[in-house]
Amino acid sequence: MTLKISDVSVGQELPALDLAFTRSDLVAYANASGDQNPIHQDEAFAKSVGLPDVIAHGMLTMGRAIRVVTDWAGDPTAVIDYSVRMTRPVVVPKTVEGSVVSFTGKVAQINEDGTVQVELGAVFGDVKVLGLARATVRLAQ
Amino acid sequence: MNHDMIGHVYPPSKPYLVTSENISAFVKALGDSNPAYADGTVAPPTFPIVVTMNAMDAAFHDPALQLDYSRLVHSDQKFEYIRPIRVGDELTVSASVEEIKPLGTNEIATFKTDVFSGDELVVTGWSKIVVRGPEA
Repeated sequence: MTLKISDVSVGQELPALDLAFTRSDLVAYANASGDQNPIHQDEAFAKSVGLPDVIAHGMLTMGRAIRVVTDWAGDPTAVIDYSVRMTRPVVVPKTVEGSVVSFTGKVAQINEDGTVQVELGAVFGDVKVLGLARATVRLAQ
Repeated sequence: MNHDMIGHVYPPSKPYLVTSENISAFVKALGDSNPAYADGTVAPPTFPIVVTMNAMDAAFHDPALQLDYSRLVHSDQKFEYIRPIRVGDELTVSASVEEIKPLGTNEIATFKTDVFSGDELVVTGWSKIVVRGPEA
Protein backbone atom coordinates (compact mmCIF):
# COMPACT_ATOMS: atom_id res chain seq x y z
CA MET A 1 0.00 0.00 0.00
CA THR A 2 1.29 3.43 -0.88
CA LEU A 3 0.47 6.25 1.45
CA LYS A 4 -1.05 9.47 0.10
CA ILE A 5 -0.61 13.00 1.40
CA SER A 6 -4.35 13.06 2.24
CA ASP A 7 -3.73 10.22 4.75
CA VAL A 8 -1.31 12.37 6.77
CA SER A 9 -1.82 14.89 9.57
CA VAL A 10 0.59 16.80 11.82
CA GLY A 11 1.17 15.02 15.12
CA GLN A 12 0.25 11.64 13.67
CA GLU A 13 2.31 8.80 15.11
CA LEU A 14 3.83 6.27 12.75
CA PRO A 15 3.68 2.56 13.63
CA ALA A 16 6.61 1.88 16.00
CA LEU A 17 9.13 -0.91 15.53
CA ASP A 18 11.08 -2.89 18.13
CA LEU A 19 14.13 -4.42 16.48
CA ALA A 20 16.74 -6.75 17.96
CA PHE A 21 20.43 -6.18 17.27
CA THR A 22 22.48 -9.36 17.58
CA ARG A 23 26.18 -10.10 17.08
CA SER A 24 25.36 -11.90 13.82
CA ASP A 25 23.50 -8.78 12.58
CA LEU A 26 26.69 -6.79 13.22
CA VAL A 27 28.79 -9.27 11.25
CA ALA A 28 26.29 -9.19 8.36
CA TYR A 29 26.24 -5.36 8.40
CA ALA A 30 30.05 -5.19 8.55
CA ASN A 31 30.26 -7.40 5.46
CA ALA A 32 27.50 -5.61 3.56
CA SER A 33 28.74 -2.09 4.34
CA GLY A 34 32.49 -2.71 4.34
CA ASP A 35 32.85 -1.23 7.85
CA GLN A 36 35.01 -3.87 9.55
CA ASN A 37 36.00 -1.74 12.57
CA PRO A 38 36.69 -4.34 15.32
CA ILE A 39 34.67 -2.34 17.92
CA HIS A 40 31.62 -3.81 16.17
CA GLN A 41 32.73 -7.46 16.33
CA ASP A 42 35.60 -8.08 18.73
CA GLU A 43 34.62 -7.94 22.40
CA ALA A 44 38.21 -7.87 23.71
CA PHE A 45 39.10 -5.03 21.34
CA ALA A 46 35.96 -3.05 22.21
CA LYS A 47 36.76 -3.34 25.93
CA SER A 48 40.39 -2.37 25.32
CA VAL A 49 39.23 1.01 23.97
CA GLY A 50 36.95 1.64 26.96
CA LEU A 51 33.62 0.41 25.62
CA PRO A 52 31.41 -1.80 27.82
CA ASP A 53 31.14 -4.42 25.04
CA VAL A 54 30.79 -4.66 21.26
CA ILE A 55 28.66 -1.81 19.89
CA ALA A 56 26.44 -1.66 16.81
CA HIS A 57 27.49 0.43 13.81
CA GLY A 58 25.77 3.82 14.15
CA MET A 59 24.93 3.51 10.48
CA LEU A 60 23.13 0.21 11.13
CA THR A 61 20.97 2.01 13.71
CA MET A 62 20.37 4.80 11.18
CA GLY A 63 19.53 2.25 8.48
CA ARG A 64 16.98 0.55 10.69
CA ALA A 65 15.38 3.73 12.06
CA ILE A 66 14.25 4.84 8.60
CA ARG A 67 12.19 1.66 8.31
CA VAL A 68 9.59 3.37 10.51
CA VAL A 69 9.17 5.83 7.63
CA THR A 70 9.57 3.48 4.67
CA ASP A 71 7.24 0.83 6.14
CA TRP A 72 4.65 3.58 6.69
CA ALA A 73 5.09 5.28 3.32
CA GLY A 74 5.27 1.95 1.50
CA ASP A 75 7.67 3.29 -1.11
CA PRO A 76 11.24 3.76 0.22
CA THR A 77 12.11 6.02 -2.72
CA ALA A 78 9.69 8.60 -1.27
CA VAL A 79 12.47 9.65 1.16
CA ILE A 80 14.09 12.87 -0.08
CA ASP A 81 16.32 13.60 2.90
CA TYR A 82 17.31 11.86 6.10
CA SER A 83 19.60 12.91 8.95
CA VAL A 84 20.56 11.68 12.42
CA ARG A 85 22.93 12.37 15.28
CA MET A 86 24.40 9.22 16.79
CA THR A 87 24.19 10.21 20.42
CA ARG A 88 24.88 6.92 22.23
CA PRO A 89 25.98 3.47 21.07
CA VAL A 90 23.79 0.37 21.07
CA VAL A 91 25.73 -2.14 23.17
CA VAL A 92 25.31 -5.69 21.85
CA PRO A 93 26.02 -8.60 24.20
CA LYS A 94 26.75 -12.10 22.93
CA THR A 95 23.23 -13.43 23.53
CA VAL A 96 20.63 -14.90 21.21
CA GLU A 97 18.21 -12.06 22.01
CA GLY A 98 20.82 -9.31 21.53
CA SER A 99 19.69 -5.75 22.31
CA VAL A 100 16.27 -4.41 21.41
CA VAL A 101 15.96 -0.84 20.14
CA SER A 102 12.55 0.84 19.99
CA PHE A 103 12.05 3.04 16.94
CA THR A 104 9.26 5.61 16.72
CA GLY A 105 8.19 8.36 14.35
CA LYS A 106 5.82 11.31 14.31
CA VAL A 107 4.69 13.72 11.60
CA ALA A 108 6.30 17.02 12.59
CA GLN A 109 5.29 19.20 9.68
CA ILE A 110 3.59 19.22 6.30
CA ASN A 111 5.59 21.60 4.12
CA GLU A 112 4.11 24.05 1.61
CA ASP A 113 5.45 21.97 -1.28
CA GLY A 114 3.47 18.97 0.01
CA THR A 115 6.44 17.11 1.43
CA VAL A 116 6.16 15.69 4.95
CA GLN A 117 8.72 15.99 7.72
CA VAL A 118 8.92 13.12 10.20
CA GLU A 119 10.77 13.16 13.52
CA LEU A 120 12.23 9.82 14.53
CA GLY A 121 13.13 8.35 17.89
CA ALA A 122 15.43 5.44 18.75
CA VAL A 123 15.66 4.26 22.35
CA PHE A 124 17.70 1.41 23.80
CA GLY A 125 16.61 0.67 27.37
CA ASP A 126 16.10 4.23 28.60
CA VAL A 127 18.90 5.70 26.49
CA LYS A 128 18.29 7.75 23.36
CA VAL A 129 20.66 6.33 20.75
CA LEU A 130 19.71 8.76 17.97
CA GLY A 131 19.04 12.48 18.32
CA LEU A 132 17.94 15.12 15.81
CA ALA A 133 16.66 12.26 13.65
CA ARG A 134 14.40 13.46 10.87
CA ALA A 135 13.38 12.53 7.39
CA THR A 136 11.39 14.23 4.65
CA VAL A 137 9.15 12.23 2.32
CA ARG A 138 7.34 13.11 -0.86
CA LEU A 139 4.03 11.27 -0.97
CA ALA A 140 1.56 10.78 -3.78
CA GLN A 141 -1.12 13.50 -3.98
CA MET B 1 43.35 19.16 12.28
CA ASN B 2 44.76 21.46 9.66
CA HIS B 3 42.26 24.29 9.15
CA ASP B 4 43.90 25.18 5.83
CA MET B 5 42.18 22.07 4.45
CA ILE B 6 38.71 23.65 4.78
CA GLY B 7 37.28 23.74 1.27
CA HIS B 8 39.68 21.10 -0.03
CA VAL B 9 38.10 18.81 -2.62
CA TYR B 10 39.48 15.28 -2.97
CA PRO B 11 39.76 13.58 -6.38
CA PRO B 12 36.78 11.37 -7.29
CA SER B 13 36.77 7.84 -5.88
CA LYS B 14 37.16 4.77 -8.07
CA PRO B 15 33.83 3.76 -9.70
CA TYR B 16 31.68 1.31 -7.69
CA LEU B 17 29.23 -0.78 -9.68
CA VAL B 18 25.96 -1.36 -7.81
CA THR B 19 24.83 -4.98 -8.17
CA SER B 20 21.66 -6.64 -6.95
CA GLU B 21 23.91 -8.81 -4.73
CA ASN B 22 25.31 -5.68 -2.99
CA ILE B 23 21.82 -4.25 -2.50
CA SER B 24 20.37 -7.56 -1.27
CA ALA B 25 23.22 -8.12 1.22
CA PHE B 26 22.71 -4.59 2.61
CA VAL B 27 18.92 -5.00 2.86
CA LYS B 28 19.34 -8.39 4.52
CA ALA B 29 21.80 -6.95 7.07
CA LEU B 30 19.25 -4.26 7.93
CA GLY B 31 16.64 -7.02 8.25
CA ASP B 32 14.32 -4.97 6.04
CA SER B 33 11.50 -6.96 4.46
CA ASN B 34 9.95 -4.06 2.49
CA PRO B 35 8.72 -5.64 -0.79
CA ALA B 36 10.23 -2.70 -2.71
CA TYR B 37 13.66 -4.30 -2.16
CA ALA B 38 12.62 -7.86 -3.05
CA ASP B 39 14.07 -7.86 -6.57
CA GLY B 40 17.30 -6.09 -5.56
CA THR B 41 16.93 -3.21 -8.03
CA VAL B 42 16.54 -0.22 -5.71
CA ALA B 43 18.84 0.53 -2.77
CA PRO B 44 17.69 1.60 0.71
CA PRO B 45 18.23 5.21 1.90
CA THR B 46 21.43 4.54 3.86
CA PHE B 47 23.09 2.44 1.15
CA PRO B 48 25.19 5.42 -0.10
CA ILE B 49 27.30 5.11 3.07
CA VAL B 50 28.99 2.12 1.40
CA VAL B 51 30.69 4.48 -1.03
CA THR B 52 30.81 7.72 0.99
CA MET B 53 32.55 6.08 3.95
CA ASN B 54 35.28 4.71 1.69
CA ALA B 55 35.81 8.10 0.10
CA MET B 56 36.05 9.72 3.53
CA ASP B 57 38.43 7.06 4.79
CA ALA B 58 40.81 8.10 2.03
CA ALA B 59 40.49 11.72 3.20
CA PHE B 60 40.88 10.81 6.89
CA HIS B 61 44.23 9.20 6.10
CA ASP B 62 45.48 12.17 4.08
CA PRO B 63 48.57 13.32 6.03
CA ALA B 64 47.82 16.97 5.09
CA LEU B 65 44.61 16.84 7.16
CA GLN B 66 46.54 15.98 10.35
CA LEU B 67 43.65 13.95 11.76
CA ASP B 68 44.19 11.42 14.56
CA TYR B 69 42.16 8.52 13.18
CA SER B 70 42.30 6.61 16.47
CA ARG B 71 40.34 9.38 18.22
CA LEU B 72 37.66 9.79 15.59
CA VAL B 73 33.92 9.22 16.19
CA HIS B 74 31.24 9.53 13.49
CA SER B 75 28.63 11.74 15.16
CA ASP B 76 26.13 12.88 12.53
CA GLN B 77 25.04 11.74 9.11
CA LYS B 78 22.74 13.37 6.59
CA PHE B 79 21.66 12.44 3.07
CA GLU B 80 19.81 14.50 0.49
CA TYR B 81 18.49 12.35 -2.33
CA ILE B 82 18.12 13.52 -5.91
CA ARG B 83 17.02 10.02 -6.92
CA PRO B 84 17.35 6.54 -5.45
CA ILE B 85 20.46 4.47 -6.15
CA ARG B 86 19.64 1.57 -8.47
CA VAL B 87 21.29 -1.58 -9.72
CA GLY B 88 23.70 -0.80 -12.56
CA ASP B 89 24.67 2.63 -11.21
CA GLU B 90 28.41 3.27 -11.41
CA LEU B 91 29.03 5.43 -8.37
CA THR B 92 31.89 7.82 -7.79
CA VAL B 93 32.22 10.11 -4.79
CA SER B 94 33.61 13.59 -4.63
CA ALA B 95 34.51 14.29 -0.99
CA SER B 96 35.33 17.73 0.37
CA VAL B 97 36.14 19.28 3.72
CA GLU B 98 33.25 21.62 4.52
CA GLU B 99 34.06 22.65 8.07
CA ILE B 100 36.64 22.15 10.81
CA LYS B 101 36.15 23.83 14.16
CA PRO B 102 37.02 23.38 17.82
CA LEU B 103 34.40 22.20 20.31
CA GLY B 104 35.86 22.45 23.78
CA THR B 105 38.96 20.26 23.80
CA ASN B 106 37.63 18.31 20.79
CA GLU B 107 37.50 19.20 17.14
CA ILE B 108 34.58 18.63 14.84
CA ALA B 109 34.71 18.37 11.07
CA THR B 110 32.06 18.05 8.39
CA PHE B 111 32.79 16.23 5.15
CA LYS B 112 30.51 16.65 2.17
CA THR B 113 30.25 13.70 -0.19
CA ASP B 114 28.63 14.15 -3.60
CA VAL B 115 27.72 10.78 -5.08
CA PHE B 116 27.52 10.61 -8.86
CA SER B 117 26.40 7.91 -11.24
CA GLY B 118 28.34 8.80 -14.35
CA ASP B 119 27.83 12.59 -14.62
CA GLU B 120 24.54 12.59 -12.71
CA LEU B 121 24.47 13.69 -9.06
CA VAL B 122 22.25 11.15 -7.27
CA VAL B 123 22.75 11.88 -3.56
CA THR B 124 24.75 14.21 -1.35
CA GLY B 125 25.91 13.07 2.07
CA TRP B 126 27.28 15.06 4.99
CA SER B 127 29.23 13.29 7.73
CA LYS B 128 30.18 15.05 10.90
CA ILE B 129 33.02 13.58 12.91
CA VAL B 130 34.35 14.39 16.35
CA VAL B 131 38.04 14.00 17.04
CA ARG B 132 38.47 13.74 20.78
CA GLY B 133 41.15 15.93 22.25
CA PRO B 134 43.78 14.75 24.72
CA GLU B 135 42.37 13.38 27.99
CA ALA B 136 42.38 15.95 30.79
